[in-house]
Amino acid sequence: MNEDFDTLIIGAGMSGLAAGIRLAYFGQRVLLVERHSIIGGLNSFYRLRGRDHDVGLHAVTNYVPKGTKGKPLTKLLRQLRISWDELDLCPQLVSSVAFPGRRLRFSNDFSLFHEEVAREFPHQADDFAKLVTLIRDHDELDLSQKATSARAVIGDVLSDPTLIDMLFCPLCYYGSALEHDMDWNQFVIMFKSIFFEGFARPRRGVRHIIKLLSQRFKKNGGILRTKCGVERLDVKDGRVASVTLDNGDVVNAERILSSAGLAETLRLCGKEPTGDDEQPGQISFMESISVLDRLPSDLGHDETITFFCSSDRFNYRVPEGLSDPTSGVICSPNNYAYDEPLDEGIMRVTTQARFDRWDAMEEPGYVAAKHACYEASLDEVVKFVPDFRPNVVDVDIFTPRTIKKFTGHDNGAVYGAPHKRLDGRTHLENLFLCGTDQGFLGIVGAVLSGISMANLHLLKS
Amino acid sequence: MTEPEVRQAVLDIIERIAPDEELGDINDAEPIREQVDLDSMDFLDIVMELRKIYGVEVPEEDYVELSTLERSVAYLSPRMQDKELAAKV
Repeated sequence: MNEDFDTLIIGAGMSGLAAGIRLAYFGQRVLLVERHSIIGGLNSFYRLRGRDHDVGLHAVTNYVPKGTKGKPLTKLLRQLRISWDELDLCPQLVSSVAFPGRRLRFSNDFSLFHEEVAREFPHQADDFAKLVTLIRDHDELDLSQKATSARAVIGDVLSDPTLIDMLFCPLCYYGSALEHDMDWNQFVIMFKSIFFEGFARPRRGVRHIIKLLSQRFKKNGGILRTKCGVERLDVKDGRVASVTLDNGDVVNAERILSSAGLAETLRLCGKEPTGDDEQPGQISFMESISVLDRLPSDLGHDETITFFCSSDRFNYRVPEGLSDPTSGVICSPNNYAYDEPLDEGIMRVTTQARFDRWDAMEEPGYVAAKHACYEASLDEVVKFVPDFRPNVVDVDIFTPRTIKKFTGHDNGAVYGAPHKRLDGRTHLENLFLCGTDQGFLGIVGAVLSGISMANLHLLKS
Repeated sequence: MTEPEVRQAVLDIIERIAPDEELGDINDAEPIREQVDLDSMDFLDIVMELRKIYGVEVPEEDYVELSTLERSVAYLSPRMQDKELAAKV
């Protein structure tokens, strides 16, 4: 079987779907292939023991109220010809960054966070205002800028190490591929997306978003094939000449857009990723989803997201052991302003984890280790939120190994390679990248990555 | 397509791209982007929609011809005279 397409997209995650919507809308013949039976990639969903669970998505960041102009969420909706109402977003209640003896609450109104910083760190209030101005004035969409250490930039403005850590903690967890630090541009993107803008969630979770995107893609004429992996990209004369699928079929496409990751994509071309700037990321997480016998609010917990750190200094790095329970993210999908509450209480806890240690484990030790890490994480978590352990009726836990299995990304890397390819180019003239290794992170970032790479490389006549 | 229909075609495209914008009292002689909130990505989409719906190619050096409604109508009318105004979506 031999088929011809204008563009073949590898991976039906948020970025691949968004790119596909644009290309199909403007009349291209687009084939979107996904190795798994369920689409969504890093932001996906599954059903277990009669319950629907989300993977990835704690919150849609960049939330702005309907009608707000010129913001990333508004831009992407326009580009995809999706109306604001179709996303069905419900805003968060309130969130916080919680460290020992310190708590900075924030909401979708930035003034709360600004006041909280001034209250907890009065000696830094003026400097924090300067930082806010610096962030506000930075143009994060300039694709030509060079990588800069955010720690260095922040260190010139702020001096209190705890305040600096309390800023880095949420921003790293929601979008840093680097250990200990972030790229300054990425810091600005994440700061704006979380603090200037905010959190929201569709009542049905990530399913709703993925269904909306995939239906739009198909309505525009795109072809989506699941359980359809790419075996290799056949290279000839500096370009991808054809694509061989796992089932042996050969597909011809003028251009290829890959969300598989840079190192992973190079390997599909038969090229080992040997360069320093071609190495896959290492940052990965484990997550537990605890189902409760009551709502979190019944236990007195009203926060949507709680970024916590129980040690004096915040460490963001691949841990020595299986996981590091001393910092992480607690998310209650119940705590959004829905019209009617969700049926069951859920507490999700994300912590940093080490891929190679998990990957080397064998059953039944693997399952036992998951539960041991879960217990250890909850010992830390209950220092910052009400103790929900007696109310847990079901739990599911996934590790970096699970992430690798379902995303195909080396090391189960959640935020891709430390070295981003902002222009999406590769060594081949008709092969481009989108997704985490291109460089816009988070759900809104991933969608913008697909849109901007489609516009930059694939929609030129 | 008559000149008023070409004007309507451009307005329909802007509405398709930016459904939340108010286009009722737009001034034909003033730059569109000073009256309607369109960024550069949105502006490029006007060009792409013209190609998609009417098969009209607007080369990059002619983008300035689309700066106002008046100029758009003058530029596009000869290129769209054989086309029918598309139904709104």
